[in-house]
Amino acid sequence: MNFGVIVFPGSNCDHDCIHVLSDVLGQKAIPVWHKESTLDGLDAIILPGGFSYGDYLRTGAIARFSPVMGAVKQFADEGGMVLGICNGFQILLEAGLLPGAMLRNRSLSFICRDVHVRVENAATPFTGRCRPGQVLKIPIAHADGNYYTDDVMLSQMKAAAQVVFRYCTADGQVTPEANPNGSLDHIAGVRNAAGNVLGMMPHPERSAEAVLGNDDGKLIFLSMLDALQKAKLKAVLT
Amino acid sequence: MKLHEQPIAKDLIAQHGLSDEEYKKIVEILGREPNLTELGMFSVMWSEHCSYKSSRVHLRKLPTTGPRVVQGPGENAGAVDIGDGLCAVFKMESHNHPSFIEPYQGAATGVGGILRDVFTMGARPIALLDSLRFGQLDKPLNRHLFKGVVAGIAGYGNCMGVPTVGGEVVFNDIYSQNPLVNAFCLGIARKDRLFKGLAAGIGNPVMYVGSKTGRDGIHGATMASDAFDEASEAKRPTVQVGDPFTEKLLLEACLELMDKDLLVGIQDMGAAGLTSSSCEMASRAGNGIDLDLTAVPRREPGMTPYELMLSESQERMLMIAKEGKEAEVLAICKKWDLDAAVVGRVTNDGILRVRDQGKVVAEIPAKALAEEGPRYERPNAPPPYQEHLQALNLDILPDVKEPTAALLSLLESPTIASKAWVYRQYDHMVRTNTLVRPGSDAAVVRIKGTNKAVAIATDCNGRYCLLNPYVGAGIAVAEAARNLVCSGALPIGLTDCLNFGNPERPDIMWQFILSIEGIKDACEAFGVPVVSGNVSFYNETNGLSIYPTPILGMVGLIEPADRAVTQWFKQAGDQIIVLGATRDDLGGTEYLRVAHHREQGSPPLLDLEAEKALQACVLALIGDGLVQSAHDCSDGGLAVTLAECCVSSPVHRLGAVVRLEPNGLRRDALLFGESQGRVVLSVKSSVVGQVLKTAEKMGVPAVTIGSVQGDRLVIDVAADRWGPGCRIDADLETLFDRWGKSLERTLEQE
Repeated sequence: MNFGVIVFPGSNCDHDCIHVLSDVLGQKAIPVWHKESTLDGLDAIILPGGFSYGDYLRTGAIARFSPVMGAVKQFADEGGMVLGICNGFQILLEAGLLPGAMLRNRSLSFICRDVHVRVENAATPFTGRCRPGQVLKIPIAHADGNYYTDDVMLSQMKAAAQVVFRYCTADGQVTPEANPNGSLDHIAGVRNAAGNVLGMMPHPERSAEAVLGNDDGKLIFLSMLDALQKAKLKAVLT
Repeated sequence: MKLHEQPIAKDLIAQHGLSDEEYKKIVEILGREPNLTELGMFSVMWSEHCSYKSSRVHLRKLPTTGPRVVQGPGENAGAVDIGDGLCAVFKMESHNHPSFIEPYQGAATGVGGILRDVFTMGARPIALLDSLRFGQLDKPLNRHLFKGVVAGIAGYGNCMGVPTVGGEVVFNDIYSQNPLVNAFCLGIARKDRLFKGLAAGIGNPVMYVGSKTGRDGIHGATMASDAFDEASEAKRPTVQVGDPFTEKLLLEACLELMDKDLLVGIQDMGAAGLTSSSCEMASRAGNGIDLDLTAVPRREPGMTPYELMLSESQERMLMIAKEGKEAEVLAICKKWDLDAAVVGRVTNDGILRVRDQGKVVAEIPAKALAEEGPRYERPNAPPPYQEHLQALNLDILPDVKEPTAALLSLLESPTIASKAWVYRQYDHMVRTNTLVRPGSDAAVVRIKGTNKAVAIATDCNGRYCLLNPYVGAGIAVAEAARNLVCSGALPIGLTDCLNFGNPERPDIMWQFILSIEGIKDACEAFGVPVVSGNVSFYNETNGLSIYPTPILGMVGLIEPADRAVTQWFKQAGDQIIVLGATRDDLGGTEYLRVAHHREQGSPPLLDLEAEKALQACVLALIGDGLVQSAHDCSDGGLAVTLAECCVSSPVHRLGAVVRLEPNGLRRDALLFGESQGRVVLSVKSSVVGQVLKTAEKMGVPAVTIGSVQGDRLVIDVAADRWGPGCRIDADLETLFDRWGKSLERTLEQE
């Protein structure tokens, strides 16, 4: 499959995503410069982590104006799979492709460590390889991961099963202590209503190889591959 | 053309930190009086910070060659061969003075500077470490400095996407008025594609790339060459402000320019900015540079040539491009939204000539600025207080009565306690190479595309160096190597960051010279070359000098990468073995400071031959796959080391039951003494015999002291004819609470 990894000025997890997709999973993954205006020939898009535009003004607030974001929106509108990780998630929020916003971490400082997240919706193209309620160990690394939205939106999202990951303990309990950043309703990842766009604060590309301590994050990429293959097969058959 | 309009006033010379002798030499070199711009240029280039005038004659003694050395000292960073056509490029540098004045920006720009030193060589940075020293955290100022420095390091490194994978933090009140911030960076470059700071090729364009030049940081290098007093607060405007986002763009642009083979030479505009980068590149190549300031991108109008030449605005590079490639260079810079301009040409007359608005405003032989600064062999003498420091009468100090309580208070001493509060704020995983995260003896980072990893550790015990600079500096080398070896790495190179007081004082110079001797002898014993480094003098405030603190950053190679070993116990049932001999080494220990409020005595004995045998033995055992965990025994001695083996794992806690034979030692020396050359191993019980036999064959004392088991740490000391037995007994929760959470409690109390 052909993956495009968008490179904004200040992206810094682009190499890591490409490494996992190509060296670990044997897929084709190319960097896409943020000034590109088309995403032709790509099967899925990843917005990687980092500090696009230095996080100046507000995380993701400037990157959403990059020329490529028009193409990303169109790609998503046409049903293409878009995954935003960390800063990529923040950009998708600013661009309106996902609901909600990010606040500073409750501690007001950057946090880099392993966390556990519970898979709240295993019926998405990003989580097909997971069991419902499965606990994944994936690292976070951010200063602004305190997810927020209003009550109306939150109940809509819950009703539509848009909350995909919640922070939890190692044995799957959703507790205040297991919430690293103060995120509303312990939300660690959300999808759009159509289900083809996912944003998540944890970095699956950092936990996709056993040599790095654990490979739970690989499930996210394998799920995407499954979904893409299924879609291709369907397209061939019809 | 008249370069000097009016003679320079005497107080202006003094304000520029130049002595009368030095000024005379300037007049001699120029054959006339300098103008103000030229005076400023000489002032920064001949400052201690840039010229190494007090240290150079001594630094020459360090061993800098070896079969792996690709680039020794004198360039932006050193480089050692790691095979596969690659080399590890690394350096460590201090940013002490700016960090005291403005902790966040001081530390941030320290990280920015060391990153530039590494990527100007053509290396992609893959790891940062920071070695920090602060006063004790009971004082609000020290908490402020510590928090600010950590936030500054995080702010810059995280944004750059280079993981901060380790380092150390030591707390001692001697650093209260003069914290140390030493930043280390390692990058990987192709051996055949190393870039240097060379202004080669007459007529080649000199290009400026990066942030615009502002009025910030003027005379930063001169500030760093002066001691502190109450007036230092007023120097805040000389601290530069970092912009990591621009630096990230600069990094990517530079690597792209190098990849496309457009450059001849490149140098970071660090201390002394445009002046140092231009004269050093010209001088190294034996050429001159004709610089036109009119084209320099600037942040504000009305800047004088003096300000432009001395500005230390961050995130700027000076490059020598290949002739005719100017447009390609400009296009790549534009892609990355960076300012860039042709600001001069390489000339053949050896002169750094600076023009502004069509007028020549400075004209100085480049070599005179860069290399012909003064050299001092300053007087040295042992301080009168040295004898008092070393005199330690143990007979008047009672032996430990409550060893469990003593262990717990050592574990929560901030120097020993877990630094998780610190490294949690650093992105230590980005680039997905971090095989061993912060919190073990050394950080281990894999090299993608190879079967290798590098291990990195920084070390220095300033108290040992105060008590005996020669032994203390040697121990720093030995301990850095031991940390690498415990991770399964073969030490291959070293960078040093030598932090001392005022070199014009004979006692400080004495400390400096002996430290260099100590480093030299230890490096020669281990066969590890010094490939880069930095000297920071004048670390004193109101006449009180810091402890001599020669911090070492050592790099080792692990092959295959998955052989890396960590310090914590792995499995119940494993046997615990101590390699190396325990002696009566209480002098200069953390125990003596915590329990008896003394920083006195002689540091532990350093036996280089025994140390070499120990390290060879550990490497052989790890190579044979016999080692479950290996932990260097240092601050806090055997008891603290064992406690750390029990509770420092990020995934589990394991207890241990241990019995120690005192062999005539005091209980406190046995439990908390800091004898060098010791490592605590855990091994599967099936291989104990093999491990002991290997140790015996290699001449290393080895004794099985107990096993990994249960949920408590129990250390029994047998009775002998010198005294009764005693016992340490603590549950893992308590040990972890005191070791793992005390720093956080101290810092978050307000």
